[in-house]
Amino acid sequence: MRIIKVFTTLLITLSLSSFALAGDWSKIRVGTEGAYEPWNYTNAAGELVGAELDLARDLCARMGADCEFVQQDWDGIIPALVQGKYDVIMAGMSITEERMKTISFSSAYMTEPAKMSTIKGSPLTTLSTAKNLNLDDDSAATKGTIGTLNAALKGLRLGVTAATIHEDFANTYLDVDLKIYPTQDEMNLDLSAGRIDAALSDSGTIEAYMGTPSGANVTFFGPNIFGGLLGEGVGAGIRQGDSDLKAMFDKAIAEAAADGTISRISMQYFGKDLAP
Amino acid sequence: MRFELMYESFFEIIKGVPLTLEVVFLSTIFGLVLAVGVALMRVSKNKFFSNPAYYFIYTIRGTPLLLQLFFIYYGLAQFTFIRESFLWYVLESPLFCGILTLTLSTAAYSAEIIRGGMQSVSPGYIEAGSSMGMSKMLRLRKIILPITIRQALPAYGNELILMVKATSLISIVTLMEITGIARTIISKTYAPVEIFIVAGSIYLFINFVITRFIKYAEHKVNHGSI
Repeated sequence: MRIIKVFTTLLITLSLSSFALAGDWSKIRVGTEGAYEPWNYTNAAGELVGAELDLARDLCARMGADCEFVQQDWDGIIPALVQGKYDVIMAGMSITEERMKTISFSSAYMTEPAKMSTIKGSPLTTLSTAKNLNLDDDSAATKGTIGTLNAALKGLRLGVTAATIHEDFANTYLDVDLKIYPTQDEMNLDLSAGRIDAALSDSGTIEAYMGTPSGANVTFFGPNIFGGLLGEGVGAGIRQGDSDLKAMFDKAIAEAAADGTISRISMQYFGKDLAP
Repeated sequence: MRFELMYESFFEIIKGVPLTLEVVFLSTIFGLVLAVGVALMRVSKNKFFSNPAYYFIYTIRGTPLLLQLFFIYYGLAQFTFIRESFLWYVLESPLFCGILTLTLSTAAYSAEIIRGGMQSVSPGYIEAGSSMGMSKMLRLRKIILPITIRQALPAYGNELILMVKATSLISIVTLMEITGIARTIISKTYAPVEIFIVAGSIYLFINFVITRFIKYAEHKVNHGSI
């Protein structure tokens, strides 16, 4: 009986914790993954760094709030937001309809297409497709590009990170042997080692890996993929109840986009302008 | 609590049970064979045999299983000469790496359990056997083995249960066993409590069966005629 009591108390505490903090936004806790270079990653000294960390500090300054960063594994990043472990997610997270069922998003602060990568010398590198694959465009050309991609990848081992738009894309459009990784870093290692034939991810994070010694043998192939279930760009994830916080982020992001701050951060980390 | 979700996810998660059991079964069998060898080396008076066994056990027991799995799966793959050697045929496979890691782990722990069992055989029993004219093999079969098994079985049962739970680690090398599937469902439904309760219950059931089986075996060796 005592065990049941302890367990019930625990459950009640857990469920109440979601409502414990609201209203006062002088301090904002930002949840991020810390394993998605150059968006957010952990440097050799163990500190969280990356484009989103810089952007978050800038946005918090605009909102007159103190930023505190919380590191959280990707596959639990939405549940932890809902449970109140932090107030906002800034972790290279694309705004999708699927995620909007559980949380809400600020407007997009960066946009970037998804892209396939493989190792140099792979037959996949000779694949020729259209330059862009826009999933919002329902034309025959789109279907043709998906068909070409699918034919080339049929039965091959494709790596994706768990719970990403890329996993959704593979499940929806491709007939492959899907390998699901907890983080991008682990998938990168297996791509270089040849345990998977191709990987699908945001292009920037693979570009960052190509710049490292172990990623030197990695190269892109296939089209830039965007739109549809890949979402409308990367935004800050916010609990559905916190519409005041969402309004604050929307305003700060619009200002940061207008005065060129987002472009500057983007050039610094990605070498190209991802501003919305 | 979303009970309907728990009900639906049960039929998804249960698909991971064959893989979990396959990994437990194969690594336990290989591990036990290896453990008997290591235990015999460990009790040997010849340092040439006992030292390697000692250091093997020391290394495996002294480092986390997660780290061993990372080392074997991601670590070894970093070396070009390994990727180009015949070893890569097996090391390329996540399943092989998972089974290898768990085999080495259970071999180290089981070797210590077996050694403990063997050393619990009082020298007096063995002397009594030889004074009655029993041959070395007969003493092993009639005196040393029965006592060793009787002593080691409860601890070995514990090791089997730990093995079942340890398989949850292999989901990090893309193997979709019980925990791997559970995590995938959580990442889509954002309902960790419900899904982990379902996954936990499945582990509980598997371990319940194993506990019963060990109890039965203990009863057999204590009252039977082995």
